[in-house]
Amino acid sequence: MAYSDKLIDHYENPRNIGSLDKAADDVGTGLVGAPACGDVMKLQIKVGADGLIEDAKFKTFGCGSAIASSSLVTEWVKGKTIDEAETIKNTDIAKHLALPPVKIHCSVLAEDAIKAAIADYRAKAAKKDEAAE
Amino acid sequence: MSAFNQIRRNDQPIYLDYQATTPMDPRVLEAMMPYFTHKFGNPHSRSHAYGWEAEEGVEKARGQVAKLIGADDKEVIFTSGATESNNLAIRGVAEFYKDRKNHVVTTVTEHKCVLDTCRHLEQNGFEVTYLPVQKNGLIDLEELRAAITDKTVVVSIMAVNNEIGVIQPLAEIGKICREKKVFFHTDAAQAAGKIPLDVEAMNIDMMSISGHKIYGPKGIGALYVRRKPRVRLVPLIVGGGQERGFRSGTLPTPLCVGLGEAAEICMKEMDAEAVRLKKLQERMLKGLHAKLPEIYVNGDLEQRIPGNLNISFAHVEGESLMMGIKGLSVSSGSACTSASLEPSYVLRALGVEEEMAHTSLRIGLGRFTTEQEVDTAVADLVHHVTKLREMSPLWEMSQEGVDIKSIEWAAH
Repeated sequence: MAYSDKLIDHYENPRNIGSLDKAADDVGTGLVGAPACGDVMKLQIKVGADGLIEDAKFKTFGCGSAIASSSLVTEWVKGKTIDEAETIKNTDIAKHLALPPVKIHCSVLAEDAIKAAIADYRAKAAKKDEAAE
Repeated sequence: MSAFNQIRRNDQPIYLDYQATTPMDPRVLEAMMPYFTHKFGNPHSRSHAYGWEAEEGVEKARGQVAKLIGADDKEVIFTSGATESNNLAIRGVAEFYKDRKNHVVTTVTEHKCVLDTCRHLEQNGFEVTYLPVQKNGLIDLEELRAAITDKTVVVSIMAVNNEIGVIQPLAEIGKICREKKVFFHTDAAQAAGKIPLDVEAMNIDMMSISGHKIYGPKGIGALYVRRKPRVRLVPLIVGGGQERGFRSGTLPTPLCVGLGEAAEICMKEMDAEAVRLKKLQERMLKGLHAKLPEIYVNGDLEQRIPGNLNISFAHVEGESLMMGIKGLSVSSGSACTSASLEPSYVLRALGVEEEMAHTSLRIGLGRFTTEQEVDTAVADLVHHVTKLREMSPLWEMSQEGVDIKSIEWAAH
């Protein structure tokens, strides 16, 4: 299978590998996929006081395309508001990395991972608001 | 080995996929060459010297193949490869005896060409029993004994598995089949030339052999068909009645000669080569175990050809690992299914969990593999497995003591 240079670059030099403190209020964590299917992505965002995503980290178990897709989205979400980050589409990821058709599901998983991280962050924020009231 | 260096360029990856195919031995090529040019005759031409010369080449090759497996020359027929041999053996025998028998016994870990042949028979009214395998990849002989009925025509069980290299207990299987008076066919594509085979001692009635798995040419194989007691087959290909009528068509003389030469070299060098490969296999495994925790060999390590390892690298997905180890040519399963994203059905049959099956690589060692290549491969694997584990959420969880099975994963 011939992969694009961008994909290979993200696979060989993945950006933002690591973990953030999942217990922290300003961190949202998304864990998607399943080991039995051969893909698991953990994507975390840290949202600053200004509402912008100031940091993003990922860890992925999966093929090169899955690793590249998650690496790419951590780059994309940084500096965005969570509302903006939520608009990232799997088709944009697939197009940017020139994913072959059998690998489109990797980009879908990456989109799911951002959405899950955002949902987790929002749930934490809502709980915090509730507690403050 | 210097002979191989003539073929392999230095900028090419290290070849570690000897179960997919093998490079042709230069000695085999040398034996074949005259039959492409001046010894070009049709081996079936009886009226002139060109035909006789080609026939002599073919018959010498037939003898070389027969000798490798303890058979009589007349019992070996040439085919296009092990796939054809398996099709011909199983379909041919089932078809011939269909008035009296309608049952076939095989295993779940057979090569696709055996499984698909069996599916074809099922569609045509036959019953097929697919024996499970134990955790080590070997069949349970009592289950085999119990599966054979008075309607069983043939038991087809592979000699050596193409993914995990395990050797089935052929002599014991043969004994049971003979006792129960059913034919025993074995797909020996991965076994011939690698382990000693004797159709008499093992009571084998039909055996499939492949040229390109034993350092011979692609496009040629053989089927051993026992004459006493006689096994009858309905041919798949009819025409001029060559090959005792089992397989019509002009024989490809150079390919036959190549298969024969390959068989003879294997026979001469088998014992020493097995010792050498065993050392390389142990060296590789020791090297990996020294640096990598949580790696598991799939399939029995003792009842196994020394040229195969199938290893699960827990928490590292196999495809991503293969993308990393660019300097090594390995596979995640059989070559035929390497385009598929499904985990190997062979590993699943051993009870390897799906998540673990996704982390497996098949590493094949062979005649031209060197110690240095093994060391390079170990270093490369250690480097990339470590790197990928650092970015694996599953590895992180397992290090934190989280039971991955306790998490409710959303299947996708």
